[in-house]
Amino acid sequence: MALSEQDILSGLAEIVNEETGLPADAVQSDKSFTDDLDIDSLSMMTIVVNAEEKFGVRIPDDDVKNLKTVGDAVSYIQSAQG
Amino acid sequence: MTTGRNRRVVVTGFGATTPLGGDATTTWNAALEGRSGTRTMTHAWVDQYNLPVTFAAELAVPASEVLTRVEARRLDPSGQYAMIASREAWAHAGSPEVEPERLAVACASGIGGVWTLLSAYDTLREKGPRRIYPLTVPMLMPNGAAAAVEIELKARGGAHTPVSACGSGAEAIAYGLEIIKSGRVDLVVAGGTEAAIHPLPIGGFAAMQALSTRNDEPETASRPYDVSRDGFIMGEGSAMLVLEAEEHARARGATIYAELVSAGLTSDAHHIAAPDPEGLGAARAMSLALSNGDLTPADVVHVNAHATSTPSGDVPEAKAIRRALGDATDRVAVSATKSMTGHLLGAAGALEGLFCVLALNQRTAPPTINTVDLDPEVNLDVVVKEPRRLGDGDLVAINNSFGFGGHNIALAFRTAS
Repeated sequence: MALSEQDILSGLAEIVNEETGLPADAVQSDKSFTDDLDIDSLSMMTIVVNAEEKFGVRIPDDDVKNLKTVGDAVSYIQSAQG
Repeated sequence: MTTGRNRRVVVTGFGATTPLGGDATTTWNAALEGRSGTRTMTHAWVDQYNLPVTFAAELAVPASEVLTRVEARRLDPSGQYAMIASREAWAHAGSPEVEPERLAVACASGIGGVWTLLSAYDTLREKGPRRIYPLTVPMLMPNGAAAAVEIELKARGGAHTPVSACGSGAEAIAYGLEIIKSGRVDLVVAGGTEAAIHPLPIGGFAAMQALSTRNDEPETASRPYDVSRDGFIMGEGSAMLVLEAEEHARARGATIYAELVSAGLTSDAHHIAAPDPEGLGAARAMSLALSNGDLTPADVVHVNAHATSTPSGDVPEAKAIRRALGDATDRVAVSATKSMTGHLLGAAGALEGLFCVLALNQRTAPPTINTVDLDPEVNLDVVVKEPRRLGDGDLVAINNSFGFGGHNIALAFRTAS
């Protein structure tokens, strides 16, 4: 069963918190990974790989660069879940 | 500020995390009390691999209790320990104001990020390459700890990682001395770190028959110079010194704990693991340290020996000390602190350098524990059981460190004047 947008957001926030120590409630849909959350490309790769495992999806490297905001990632994961 | 050669170098701060304590002072006090940091290990992997050695000298305060979860996640344990010791050292020195370009780091390791390397290999085999943590390479590289400390302290004068097995920590201090003397920088945070209490290095050292197998009596297993010594104890941790040009330290009113006078470095060209049986290379390192510092054997009152408690290593060093110091050896208080700390490998020379600084500062040589029946080939005055008062006036202490490959490093420290 596909997860709701809110479930994905909170799951993603947990992953970001685990990797960066940012409080989970700072991870909001409108936040930019790089500009707002100060996440570098190596941390982003960790977050992507952990999200793949958590949500059972595949996020090819070429698509990662298009995930500018947390909302972009939530939408991508939601549609990838099909 | 002088930038020419031969500036004097002093120690203005120090930090450590060791099997005897989570900081330098706790470690030193435990050493003066003659406590052992060695315990039976409780890790599941000890039984899983049926390791022939079931004890080690692990950190008294786990790094996870000191660092944030994210810091711990992004550093190999060797980097974690170096970070803890460096932060303490820097704060202890008064967080000196220094141009970033005049500050360097020299943080050695004998083995590097072995936990990260082997954990990542497990991940590769079990889950495939995509699951390898993206920080794996910067965590496993031997210079990872030096780099982490360099970034933490905003040191732009260079970050260095001398690697010479169990001589590494002392070599980092020798390197720090050199680049301050030469005028390249004014301050160096220098020392070593090691986190190799992992089944593979333990299995490897055990295969060399280098480790004590006194599994039933871990606290008395490390017994340097004793006739019944049967090998060293794996230890872990980090010790870091703040080395500073004397004029820089005096200009800012820093507390000076000791002077780092000089160093002597040689290599045996003899065997990959065994020392020269007569200790010729080790003796030459000590003699060079003395001559480089315009010192004589008669100046020396204390040696913190490498003395790991192996059957093959302790006697050549004892011969080397006598060869280098001659009759003056009779007046030298020799301490073998690995009897308490275990062998911190690439951090050992740094921790024992720290012990020399404290021994001079407090005019007290730390004891050697567990040494009851002195090997008749060891013609030294070993400080056993109790600490020993070192006397007044200008005192010099030598720290010996040797590493597989025939690396010999001797550091000469003097009381602050």
